[in-house]
Amino acid sequence: MNSAVAVRVPTILRTYTRGESDVTVSVGERATLADVVVALETAFPGIAGRVLDDTGQIRRFVNVYVDDDDVRFAAGLQTPTPDGTKVSVIPAVAGG
Amino acid sequence: MTVTLPVAGATPAPDMAGPDLGPATHLACRECGATTPLGPHYACTDCFGPLEVAYDFGQVSRERIEAGPPSIWRYRDLLPVPAGVADTPNTQPGCTRLVRADRLAGELGLATLWVKDDSANPTHSFKDRVVAVALAAARELGFTVLACPSTGNLANAVAAAAARAGIRSFVFVPQDLEQQKIVTTAVYDTTLVAVDGTYDDVNRLASELAGEHEDWAFVNVNVRPYYAEGSKTLGYEIVEQLGWRLPDQVVIPVASGAQLVKVDKAFRELAELGLVEGDAPRIFGAQAAGCSPVSAAFKAGHDVVRPVRPSTIAKSLAIGNPADGPYVLDVARRTGGAVDDVTDDEVVEGIRLLARTEGIFAETAGGVTVAVLAKLVRDGLLDPAAETVVFNTGDGLKTLDAVSPVVGPLGTIAATTDAFHALVPAVATR
Repeated sequence: MNSAVAVRVPTILRTYTRGESDVTVSVGERATLADVVVALETAFPGIAGRVLDDTGQIRRFVNVYVDDDDVRFAAGLQTPTPDGTKVSVIPAVAGG
Repeated sequence: MTVTLPVAGATPAPDMAGPDLGPATHLACRECGATTPLGPHYACTDCFGPLEVAYDFGQVSRERIEAGPPSIWRYRDLLPVPAGVADTPNTQPGCTRLVRADRLAGELGLATLWVKDDSANPTHSFKDRVVAVALAAARELGFTVLACPSTGNLANAVAAAAARAGIRSFVFVPQDLEQQKIVTTAVYDTTLVAVDGTYDDVNRLASELAGEHEDWAFVNVNVRPYYAEGSKTLGYEIVEQLGWRLPDQVVIPVASGAQLVKVDKAFRELAELGLVEGDAPRIFGAQAAGCSPVSAAFKAGHDVVRPVRPSTIAKSLAIGNPADGPYVLDVARRTGGAVDDVTDDEVVEGIRLLARTEGIFAETAGGVTVAVLAKLVRDGLLDPAAETVVFNTGDGLKTLDAVSPVVGPLGTIAATTDAFHALVPAVATR
């Protein structure tokens, strides 16, 4: 059985999502954030390369939240994303 | 004077001629170098890196600056603002005092020390500088609303600047903010929203709202490249106030880190323009131990900053995920400086030391810089013989809770001389 994960897309990535600010992807029951990124790339080719760097890690200036938690405080790309999870991708260059 | 603003609800769209942002020419990514035209952009579309304002300064002279108004607008030729910026309603920040601090220097064993006291700005912190630049840029970029996430000082500055300019504002703060900063924001009739979370949570909310409300200028989010340039004026002023000389070393508080990075940029710009000579100052960053991700990275030799969950009385510095943290590390290492941190008890002692020796009442961030200054001297990291400038970026009246438990009247007495002499016998026997 698949899980539905909602993803909030920042303005600068909406060129990949045809202007949509909120999209939903379908992933496996035991999926992690890494699986969500793969699903996003399948639906919106090119988007993964904006979120991840050449080594496959989350870019230095990207914050990703799974529900309310910054994944840097959780398990990074291995953070579980069960059915109903909300993921937010946000540029990190803000504040102060 | 009235402000001509675009129709509310309009999507920011510079006219065909583009925004008039003075000497600014374009935006460039600090990470990958990709360029983008001047506009309401803050993150690189290629790598999410921060965008930085690039300039063609042309001819800038000391004389032209000195002939300018007694505010940050005397440096308008070095900022992303229109030439006529001083003529539009704004809070006219800047030109705060540089205080020769001989008594504090004596206490710490320093030869020459100055305090750049930015508590004298219109809303009593350095944030008036950055907000004034952000407002000027936001006007040119077609925004209709001013907004921000804030640890308090920025909240004051945005609310006041929007009131003065006659535009609507939204201010978002952590719900546990100092009461003084809540009152001194709300009084300007802004829409003040307290958020149940840390500053980093508030920042996240603001970033998401900025994506929903494209006519809102979140000064430190979607206008951040322009906003942050306002901190350069601290560096310009210090140099001008020293008689067009660079100090040897400076100690600057680090929250997001943007201020420290921009002061370094200011020193380098003045040198490149031939307006000042001498070696680049050594730049030191100051954090509270309860929120010291940049200090920790510096000490560990890392070039990335691992976010932390803040817990400190220095709430104006309580940013656990500092956007400019990596660049603070670059500046400190390049200039031969350092980044250090002090406990909350040391912060309180720093506030009291500055007050006792120089008659300057700093907010907690100022206590952090003074305490870090003392620590750097103790640890031999700062040259005691070199001319030093320490920053006080905010007014102690905003953070009374930090010192109210440890200062107060000696006692309460009847209105009689006997009662006074009983309380203060040394005076009675003099």
